[in-house]
Amino acid sequence: MKVGDPQLRRNLRAATRGIRQKRNAVVAEVEDWEELRVAGEAIKRDAMGRLDVLLEQLEDAVTRAGGKVHWARDAVEANAVIGDLVAGHDAREVVKVKSLTTDEIELNQALERRGITAIETDLAELIVQLSDDWPSHILVPAIHRNRSEIRDVFARELGLEGLSDDPEELTDAARRHLRQAFLRARVGVSGANFGIAETGTVGVVESEGNGRMCTTLPPVLITVMGIEKVLPAWRDLEVFLQLLPRSSTGERMNPYTSLWTGVSEDDGPGEFHLVLLDNGRTRVLADEVGRDALHCIRCSACLNVCPVYERVGGHAYGSIYPGPIGAILTPQLRGIPGDADELPWASSLCGACADVCPVKIDIPRLLVHLRSRVGGSDPALRLMGWAMAGRRRFEAAQLGRVPGMRTGIGMGAWTKGRDLPPPPRETFRQWWRRTRG
Amino acid sequence: MRVALFVTCLVDTLFPRAGIATVKVLERAGCEVEFPADQTCCGQMHRNTGASVEAARLARRLPDVFAGYDVIVTPSASCAATVRETTDLGVFELSEFLVRELGVEDVGASFPHRVTYHPTCHSLRALRVGDAPLRLLRAVRGLELVELPEARECCGFGGTFAIKNADVSLAMLDDKLRCVRETGAAVCTAADCSCLMHIGGGLRRAGDYVRTLHLAEILAS
Repeated sequence: MKVGDPQLRRNLRAATRGIRQKRNAVVAEVEDWEELRVAGEAIKRDAMGRLDVLLEQLEDAVTRAGGKVHWARDAVEANAVIGDLVAGHDAREVVKVKSLTTDEIELNQALERRGITAIETDLAELIVQLSDDWPSHILVPAIHRNRSEIRDVFARELGLEGLSDDPEELTDAARRHLRQAFLRARVGVSGANFGIAETGTVGVVESEGNGRMCTTLPPVLITVMGIEKVLPAWRDLEVFLQLLPRSSTGERMNPYTSLWTGVSEDDGPGEFHLVLLDNGRTRVLADEVGRDALHCIRCSACLNVCPVYERVGGHAYGSIYPGPIGAILTPQLRGIPGDADELPWASSLCGACADVCPVKIDIPRLLVHLRSRVGGSDPALRLMGWAMAGRRRFEAAQLGRVPGMRTGIGMGAWTKGRDLPPPPRETFRQWWRRTRG
Repeated sequence: MRVALFVTCLVDTLFPRAGIATVKVLERAGCEVEFPADQTCCGQMHRNTGASVEAARLARRLPDVFAGYDVIVTPSASCAATVRETTDLGVFELSEFLVRELGVEDVGASFPHRVTYHPTCHSLRALRVGDAPLRLLRAVRGLELVELPEARECCGFGGTFAIKNADVSLAMLDDKLRCVRETGAAVCTAADCSCLMHIGGGLRRAGDYVRTLHLAEILAS
């Protein structure tokens, strides 16, 4: 992986450390935080264990409440369903809530190919979209941009010549631009943080209120939900609505929590579609260790503590899911072997991610598991493994008497920025034999 | 108490002084130290790199190598964590063994220098040795302990990560070295020779005067 330029690293360092401190402060004030994490993990494990049943239950409940459920095996199917729905309403544009799942299936691009414009309404997503860029953080998609860059993008794309880089003025410009879109739009598109099997309720948590606009103003609402987002019961929200905001934005509660159950006659959209997306998730489920990656609630706490993420930035992970969670999720979603096989090595296994994960995903364990699935061995490691599996071979290797061992283990990469320790006069076991033998 | 020393392949081969110091400290604490000579490597490097066949072969040797010992002590937090994860053996990292098992904090050492302590990731988050190393260091005569800024940040070693992702590893090391220098310490110590090899290698490359010493070497002085 490539180390980011100094500006990017400074931005990331300042931003992630800021969120980290906020997160630590609001987590510390919750007395039963560890119990909440245990509960979060247990609920997710239970849900993944009977996903088939829960999803059908969710479909029934959504249908009873007046919504329609669509099943999509992959991105192509999901994009086709959504495109058909939008086209069926003669709509040429949709307003979108910030959604990783729709980024995962590259919905905006698919809609564009059908002549439909998708307008991102989350401020940072809007910045990313207007710059023809790609999000680099789960929660803070434009974390790699500073405000003078944002000013330039807004001035150019929104035609606002005299704009300053004052954050308030920038936000105001975005708000004016988006208000028109909210009022015009006939179709809203969202992802989902949760789908409750028991009640058919779907929910989105957000900070800016744009999500509330998208899910209530347009007459048609389409929600794309990864199948792993299902929760068995309404009361499970108690756990996740505490875990998620404190872990992600470092807030006690997020400003907007929108929950809707099908359609209501005089309130909100009159038509609701729920697209249930697989796109590799059942493949992840088939791996009994790796499937824990599906427990993720997309809080991004693991990104904010990851020393590798801080240095390489989100784009280096080649997917919408960056950082430690991306390193365990992306290779599994795409399939092993595949184009994301190197990602499990993007970690020093420092374990900081596992300590903050609100649903206790043992990320280092999954990384090691996936390394083994991809196949981490090579001739040098095999030779070393052979040499270490017997005392006499090991002692010969210690004294440099196993050919090929020194050259095979990447000393060139080591000495790029580090000296090797000077060789000792005798090994420990030689000392032991000499003095104690 | 009779204890088996698991010296680890790295200490045995490249850092024998840390192993010798571990023996001295344990003996000073009243232990009878034995060195089962069939020991080689716990398989951590293979395991963490995803070479699971080789890792399993090395892990399988351990119960035989240490048969008959209730207590195994090692000067490496990361190797202790690996042995704990792959076997049922009673293995302890040196500082947690001294402080938690023996209840010893003052091992009678004297080291009149300015020292900073880097808590390695595996001592911090895999073994959770807590402040055991700091308690031992605070009891050393003449030693001035300086807190390391951003101590809990990984140094960037990470086993084969240091080679496979050398640039990222070195970027992490740069920040660790900056923090070590800020302390003005003469010595940076830790509970793992692997991380110290990385930090020390960076310091030597930079021509720095700060030395790296394993915790045991300070405790044995």
